[in-house]
Amino acid sequence: MKHSLGYLFDLIIVITQKELKVRYKSSFFGYLWSVANPLLFAMIYFFIFKLIMRVQIPNYTVFIITGLFPWQWFASATNNSLFSFLANAQIIKKTVFPRSVIPVSNVLMECLHFLCTIPVIIVFLLIYDMSPEWNWLWGIPLIGVGQIILMLGFALAFSTLNLFFRDLERFVALAIMIMFYCTPILYSADMIPEKYRALIDYNPLASMILSWRELFMNNSINYHLITEVYLYGILSVLIGSFIFNKLKFRFAEIL
Amino acid sequence: MSVVIEFKNVTKRYPLYHHIGSGIKELIFSPKRAWNLLKGRSYLAIENINFQIQKGESVALIGRNGAGKSTSLGLVAGVLKPTSGTVSVNGRVASMLELGGGFHPELTGRENIKLNAVLLGLRRKELKERIDKIIEFSELGEFIDEPIRVYSSGMLAKLGFSVISQVDPDILIIDEVLAVGDIAFQRKCIKTINEFRSKGVTILFVSHNISDVKKICDRVIWIENHRLREMGDSEKILESYSRTMS
Repeated sequence: MKHSLGYLFDLIIVITQKELKVRYKSSFFGYLWSVANPLLFAMIYFFIFKLIMRVQIPNYTVFIITGLFPWQWFASATNNSLFSFLANAQIIKKTVFPRSVIPVSNVLMECLHFLCTIPVIIVFLLIYDMSPEWNWLWGIPLIGVGQIILMLGFALAFSTLNLFFRDLERFVALAIMIMFYCTPILYSADMIPEKYRALIDYNPLASMILSWRELFMNNSINYHLITEVYLYGILSVLIGSFIFNKLKFRFAEIL
Repeated sequence: MSVVIEFKNVTKRYPLYHHIGSGIKELIFSPKRAWNLLKGRSYLAIENINFQIQKGESVALIGRNGAGKSTSLGLVAGVLKPTSGTVSVNGRVASMLELGGGFHPELTGRENIKLNAVLLGLRRKELKERIDKIIEFSELGEFIDEPIRVYSSGMLAKLGFSVISQVDPDILIIDEVLAVGDIAFQRKCIKTINEFRSKGVTILFVSHNISDVKKICDRVIWIENHRLREMGDSEKILESYSRTMS
């Protein structure tokens, strides 16, 4: 069945709205939680690494949150994507619509949460005597779209595979944790010893986090890193949609 | 007249997936089932079914529970793919495959209407114009803003059917959903279905209530033991069907 772009757009909006409503149905503070969570982690890391272990990175609070907030977007979108088809079993079994809308809206919803955390980043910048510049206006969409593409590939692959192989959710949870420490979030890229450079040279998440941090802390748009994010993104979408297209016709049977 | 739904030698098997999900323990403790899985054991839902439905016809599928009716509807709706054979469907399908199917229990009636209507193919703009009509049709009153987990099954049927009443499909699929509504609402549904018929919408209907089938359908497809047993004029087939059931 062919669908017009306008209809797909409507579908994405309606499903994203639904996901937001379902998530905050019985929560009083609503989306404040999506700011509170990474902020609390930022405070913990600040306490451990700055106050106890005395890491020599200037403006360490801003340093952490500029990495942690985009990371939070990645981590929750990837984690939720594992369950996105399972949670929507009802509508998948009973109605026909392009199933890829569900992972898409899942990534977009986490993107909205991330956008809500940007004011918090600005507040911290101002506290540390820094300020945003006009190039954020095109820098944020530029990196943001790159990250959406990158994560869409992950979401398509994981949401599909987890239907057929439920152990995947354990593996992915572990992998996210390992990647968190392998990505320069708590430390800066130049602190990595030469022989472990591969950790960031071949790590799409490192390119992603570093381009955000360049933008937020130095107000500079690093086109080299951003191109890397896009290239990794295209690769992940190709793999993700290959897996998804192979298996999508069996969703209704297995759910 | 043109053919809108055609089944050609359609067979549907379900692989028994749940064995995979139960993991390594299964493999060790019940090697026989694991072996069956490896051999590709599967459940046969329908076998070698052929039929054609013309535009504007209304056709009922009848048969015992588990005969393969819902699988056939799923194939028409496009939720399932046949294992072999071809299913061709021309036109937009709106389906009501199950009571409360496609609804989210935590959302209110109104929110579910929005979700469901768009899933059934309405644009958001069209929905805005029609949502009042949908709510009016549903007769749910102030319950419309309550989460649907508190609804009774009759109310769920009303909600589901009210959305269907305002979409404009070419093919309408209704699976055993009328039975739970009260008599007044059932009448209203049948009236709506007949309005769809007069507009030239093709209707595919599953029900165990023979008088409902008589009121709505001019042809009947009788499925027994996963195969097509008989197909034809509703009066005649319903008669022999009731004879075998008693």
